[in-house]
Amino acid sequence: MLRFSKHPVALWASLAVPAALLIGELAIVAGALPAALPDNSGQQVATPPVVEMARQPGPYRSAGVFQRNGAVIDAPILQMNERESLSVTRDLVSLSDYMRCVRDNACAAPRVRTGANGDVPVTGVSFDDAQAYAQWLSAKTSAVWRLPTDREWVALAGSRFHDPALGVEGTASDPAQRWLAAYELANSGRNAIDAVPRARGSFGVNEFGIADLSGNVWEWTSTCFERTTLATNGVAIARTDNCGVRVVEGAHRTYISHFVRDARGGGCSVGAPPDNLGFRLVRDTPAFRPLGRLVNWWKGIGAGKKA
Amino acid sequence: MLTRREALFGPAAAAVLASTPVLANATASTAPAAAPVEIDRLPREKVTLVPPPFIHAHEQVASGGPKVVEFTLTIEEKPMVIDDDGTVLQAMTFNGSVPGPMMVVHQGDYVELTLVNPATNSMPHNIDFHAATGGLGGGALTLVNPGEQTVLRFKATRAGTFVYHCAPGGSMISWHVVCGMSGAIMVLPRDGLKDGEGKPLNYDRAYFVGENDFYIPRDKDGNFCTYDSPGDCYGDMSSVMRGLIPTHVVFNGAVGALTGENAMTASVGENVLIVHAQANRDTRPHLIGGHGDYVWEQGKFDNPPAKDLETWFVRGGSAGAALYRFRQPGLYAYVNHNLIEAVDLGATAHFKVEGKWDNDLMAQVAAPGPIPAA
Repeated sequence: MLRFSKHPVALWASLAVPAALLIGELAIVAGALPAALPDNSGQQVATPPVVEMARQPGPYRSAGVFQRNGAVIDAPILQMNERESLSVTRDLVSLSDYMRCVRDNACAAPRVRTGANGDVPVTGVSFDDAQAYAQWLSAKTSAVWRLPTDREWVALAGSRFHDPALGVEGTASDPAQRWLAAYELANSGRNAIDAVPRARGSFGVNEFGIADLSGNVWEWTSTCFERTTLATNGVAIARTDNCGVRVVEGAHRTYISHFVRDARGGGCSVGAPPDNLGFRLVRDTPAFRPLGRLVNWWKGIGAGKKA
Repeated sequence: MLTRREALFGPAAAAVLASTPVLANATASTAPAAAPVEIDRLPREKVTLVPPPFIHAHEQVASGGPKVVEFTLTIEEKPMVIDDDGTVLQAMTFNGSVPGPMMVVHQGDYVELTLVNPATNSMPHNIDFHAATGGLGGGALTLVNPGEQTVLRFKATRAGTFVYHCAPGGSMISWHVVCGMSGAIMVLPRDGLKDGEGKPLNYDRAYFVGENDFYIPRDKDGNFCTYDSPGDCYGDMSSVMRGLIPTHVVFNGAVGALTGENAMTASVGENVLIVHAQANRDTRPHLIGGHGDYVWEQGKFDNPPAKDLETWFVRGGSAGAALYRFRQPGLYAYVNHNLIEAVDLGATAHFKVEGKWDNDLMAQVAAPGPIPAA
């Protein structure tokens, strides 16, 4: 702030950025006010039921692979303080809704398992397919729909989140114990549920009223795979990310290439692949977006100052 | 024009007629006139079979002389789920499992099999033992209609692992086999397994992995069809079979049947014998991260075992045996190393191996991380 007061030109320039953002957002909001657009068949595309969720501060088990002293360890827990509310579709995106996007030539055909009948969630969809659907739905409903980040998914899943911590400290001299523990964790209880997608609602709702979490459909998130090397004191000393692979959440957390529709053929030889790949969406609330962007811009300035 | 029922039962009925005189002999096999006195004096052992991949308790080195070992196989026609899509095969089984259970005897023993075809079944069945001599491997003496049973005895003259399967005549043979009717018998040398130079080999555990190729018809939308009975699916399945491209290639009767909670187990230092049978189609077992220390690729123990194999070849219609001492803990995939069949069609099993990691055999020298700047 002090710096800005000494450089009025920079101050005005810096204020111009959020102002432009704000005006742009307002224009989008204004444009969004008209009714939703029809699909190719002329039917209106309705907004799916949404759960408005207040986010509470709480722990978050980081996604990605963490290493220390040459061995893979359980991912560290971060304390999350996001308080913005989250608007998330109550249900997994349905097959029938997804097929409207396919008929509009905006989405690729899914690879649905045999035996999935009735009001089932769409399954057999890749990350790319889910992105395409989010864009299509955004265009048709004049709202901004997107995949949740992994942090958001863990928050909305609440008690349905399955912590991937193994509680087995890997050592460079014996990597096998974590492999065995991970196999046990991924397979525990799997045989209790068959893999054929069930009608939406079959797996009940969680404490926030969000349906079918961690049943036999795993959900794409927008979070990229990251590998982080920690020093002994816990500070990250190296990180690589790969956005060709995204975090997938469900009865166990896993990481899958963006183009894979059927994880059974996309996993490795000894893993426990997800039964089905589907998704739900979060909606960015237009009214909050300018403020959110302003806040982010302001935070960016702050980060820049620290650096 | 033949009705489907006539098409199904015609050849079988003819086979029953052809074998009637022989069946009479088989029925009389317990009478003194038909059985040499020597056999009657042999000790008898009654063995209860267990479902694969497990094998009933047995001696590796025979503690006594030849005996008569009694087994019972009860044929069960029943629908079985063969993948996690819930695809149903109208299966035909020995003892309710696909594959049928493994039998173990010693060379020189007599196998005395009671084959039961309960009245609840719809078709005639029989059994052809590749380990047996004459009579179509026993098939000519064992054709039983629903509501019948028969007893076959054969002498286990050759040491090795051998397939058995149903062979009720004509096109029924291949169909019954690809609907699940096969298993294996292991005839051990009386003094146990040897390494080819006379040194005894033994195993701490033994598993029977039966591989099956299935040919499930699809409807016009590409979905697998479901049928009410084996007979209902015969026509459609025959067409798929003629294409020679299986829809499923699986171990122990279903995709994933030997993974997860049903993964096979072992400990570091244990010798594990894996008997791999395929009654219909060639396969190439491979243990990812392991080897075959001693492999009887053709399964016949009078031949010296091959050593240090990476992959071994099991001919369709035979059973091979591989002996391996696990040296590292962790997870192993045991696959048909046609990897399309392993990953996409189902031919993958897992071993969970407990024990201590040997850093001398393998170590991660540098954990994955950013490539250092040049």
